[in-house]
Amino acid sequence: MSTRILIVAEHDGTRLNPSTAKCVACARTIADADITVAVCAANAATVATQAAQLQGVACVLKVENAANEHPLAAVLAPQIVAVAQGYALVLGPSTTFGKDLMPRVAALLDTVQVSDIMAAESATRFRRPIYAGNAIVTVEVESGVQVVGTVRIASFEAAPTASSAAPIESAQVQADIPTHTRFVSVSAARSDRPDLQTAARVISGGRALASAEGFQILYKLADKLGAAVGASRAAVDAGYAPNELQVGQTGKIIAPELYVAIGISGAIQHLTGIKDARTIVAINKDAEAPIFEVADIGLVGDLFQIVPELERLLGS
Amino acid sequence: MKRILVGIKRVVDYNVRIRVKPDGSGVVTDGVKMSINPFDEIALEEALRIKERGGAEEVIVATVGPADTQPQLRNALAMGADRAILVQADGAVEPAVAARALLKLAEREQPSLVILGKQAIDDDNSQTGQMLAALWGRPQATFASKVELADGKARVTREVDAGLETLEVDLPAVITTDLRLNEPRYVKLPEIMKAKKKPLETLALAALGVEVRQRLKAVRFEPPPQRQKGIKVKDAAELLEVLKKKGVLA
Ligand SMILES: Cc1cc2nc3c(=O)[nH]c(=O)nc-3n(C[C@H](O)[C@H](O)[C@H](O)COP(=O)(O)OP(=O)(O)OC[C@H]3O[C@@H](n4cnc5c(N)ncnc54)[C@H](O)[C@@H]3O)c2cc1C
Ligand SMILES: Nc1ncnc2c1ncn2[C@@H]1O[C@H](COP(=O)(O)O)[C@@H](O)[C@H]1O
Repeated sequence: MSTRILIVAEHDGTRLNPSTAKCVACARTIADADITVAVCAANAATVATQAAQLQGVACVLKVENAANEHPLAAVLAPQIVAVAQGYALVLGPSTTFGKDLMPRVAALLDTVQVSDIMAAESATRFRRPIYAGNAIVTVEVESGVQVVGTVRIASFEAAPTASSAAPIESAQVQADIPTHTRFVSVSAARSDRPDLQTAARVISGGRALASAEGFQILYKLADKLGAAVGASRAAVDAGYAPNELQVGQTGKIIAPELYVAIGISGAIQHLTGIKDARTIVAINKDAEAPIFEVADIGLVGDLFQIVPELERLLGS
Repeated sequence: MKRILVGIKRVVDYNVRIRVKPDGSGVVTDGVKMSINPFDEIALEEALRIKERGGAEEVIVATVGPADTQPQLRNALAMGADRAILVQADGAVEPAVAARALLKLAEREQPSLVILGKQAIDDDNSQTGQMLAALWGRPQATFASKVELADGKARVTREVDAGLETLEVDLPAVITTDLRLNEPRYVKLPEIMKAKKKPLETLALAALGVEVRQRLKAVRFEPPPQRQKGIKVKDAAELLEVLKKKGVLA
C-alpha cells in the first residue's frame, strides 16, 4: 500500500522556493510514497507548473484564494487542513515559512509535529537534531496517527527535474479564513548575490569585522568567489549585517560546498548552522578559537590582512 | 484587567556542553545547570516593558513541567512578573500538550497577549506558540523582533528568511520572540527577596482537564557525527592552493 504524502509548497507568488524540492526529496525516501504538492496562492498556475516538474511528484493541487497573496499562517492553515484528509504525512520546509505554518496545521488536525526531519526511516519514524545539533534523536509516532513534519532542508539534495510533468488539479476548499491577521510589509534586501540558503559557497563574518564598513570587505571577497554572504549572531546584533544573513541555531542552517568563517569564534549555536558544509575554512587570529576544532582548513592571522590578500590573489 | 501571559520552559543552560548518555537513552541532565529558556527571558522582558509603558496591568508567568521548575519561576518573579503558575507534569511534555495546557490558562486568565519564546533550546521544536494560537483561534506573530501595541492591535516585525516582515494582528494574540526583540534585565538582589512573597500557584495537568498524551516517542539518542580535525595553513596563498588541490576551487 502506498503512503500518501502532502507537501506544502513555499514560493513568492511566481517562483517555487528550492526548499520545496528538498521536501520532495525527503518524501521520496519513504517506501511507496505517493506525493502531492499543494500550492496555496492567489494565483497558483505559475508555481504549480514548476512543482509539477519535480521528480517524484504525482500530483499538484492548486489552492487558490485572494487571501493567499501573502503567506499568513492563520490564513493558510485552515485551507491546508481542508485538503489534508487522507494523507499519512503532511510536510513543509523547516524555513521560517514552514516553521510558522506547520505547527498551526498540526494543531488544527489535532496531531503532533516532528520538526527538522533529517532522515525519514519510515512514515512514522524519523531522525532529527536537538540541543542545537549536539544530539540526534530518533522519534516514533504512534501508528495510525497523521503526522505533520518540517524538513531540515540542509539534509537533502533537491529532487531533480522529471522528464514528464505531473498533472495539476484545482482544489475546491471550504474553509473559514480569518481576517484577524493582516500583512503590512516585507523588507527583502534583494541582491544579485547567490541566496545564502542554497549557495554552493558562503563567506561569513563575525564580530571581528568591527563595523558595517568593515563587513564590506567580505562582500568583495564573496563576489570574487561567486559566494553568498553570511554572518554570526554577534555581527547581526551589532548591526554590521542584516538579520537574514544570520547562520546558526536561530538563523539559517546551510550546507554549502565551501564555508569560510572569518573572525567567528565558533560558538555551538553558530556551528549548528554549518555542520553539513562540505569544506569549512576558518580565519581567526586566535589559534585556540573553537572554530578550528571543526575547520578542515585553518588559517591563524589578522583577517584585515588576509581577506584583502585573498582578494588580490584571486585576481579579476 | 489587561494581562500578559508568558510561557516559560526550564531547559539545560545554553552554555552547557551537551553529552548523550552512553546507553542512548537521553542526554545527561543530572547535576547540569538548568535555566529559563533564553527566548522566554526575552518574552518576559517584553511583557514587563509593555506593562511599564502602561500597556498591561499584570504579567503572569506559567510553566508546564516538573516541580523542579520552581527556581526558574522564582527567577521570573524576581525579574518582575506579578505571579506564577506551575502546571505540574512529570516526564517529557510535548508541544501539543504544553499548548493545550497554556490554552486552558489563557481561557481562565483572559490575557490580551500571550508571549512565548520562538523555540525551546533543548528540543528545538518551535511549535508551542503556533499550536496555542491555532487551538485558541487567535492570530500568531512568530519570531518577533519588534512589537508595538495600539487600539487593540499589535504591529509585529518578524525575522523571516527574506528579511523583515511586518504583520498587524487583532488582540488577543500569541507572539513568539526572536533574539533581537530586547535584552533581558539582570535581577537585583532585593528583587530576589521580594519574589519569595509573590504568589506561585501549583496545579496538576489533569486538574486543568488536559489529557497527558505522548504521541511522539523518543526511541534513541545519539551524538552527532564528529568532523575530523583539519589542517592549518600558513598564509592566504597556501589556503588557495589547498582549496584548489581539494577541488573546491577551480
Ligand atoms: C539561544 C541562543 C541562540 C544563538 N543563536 C545563534 C545563531 O544562530 N548564530 C550565531 O552565530 N550565534 C548564535 N548565538 C550566539 C553565540 O553563542 C555567540 O555569541 C556568537 O556566535 C558569537 O559571534 P562571533 O563568533 O562573531 O563573536 P565572538 O565570539 O566575539 O568571536 C569573534 C572572533 O573573532 C576573532 N577575531 C577578532 N579580531 C580578529 C581579527 N582581526 N582577525 C581575525 N580574527 C579576529 C576572535 O579571536 C574571536 O574568535 C546564540 C546564542 C544563544 C544564547
Ligand atoms: N512546557 C512548557 N511550559 C511553558 N511554556 C512552554 C513549554 N514548552 C514550550 N513553552 C513555550 O513555547 C516556546 C516554544 O517552545 P517549543 O515549541 O518547545 O520550541 C518556549 O520558548 C516557551 O515559551
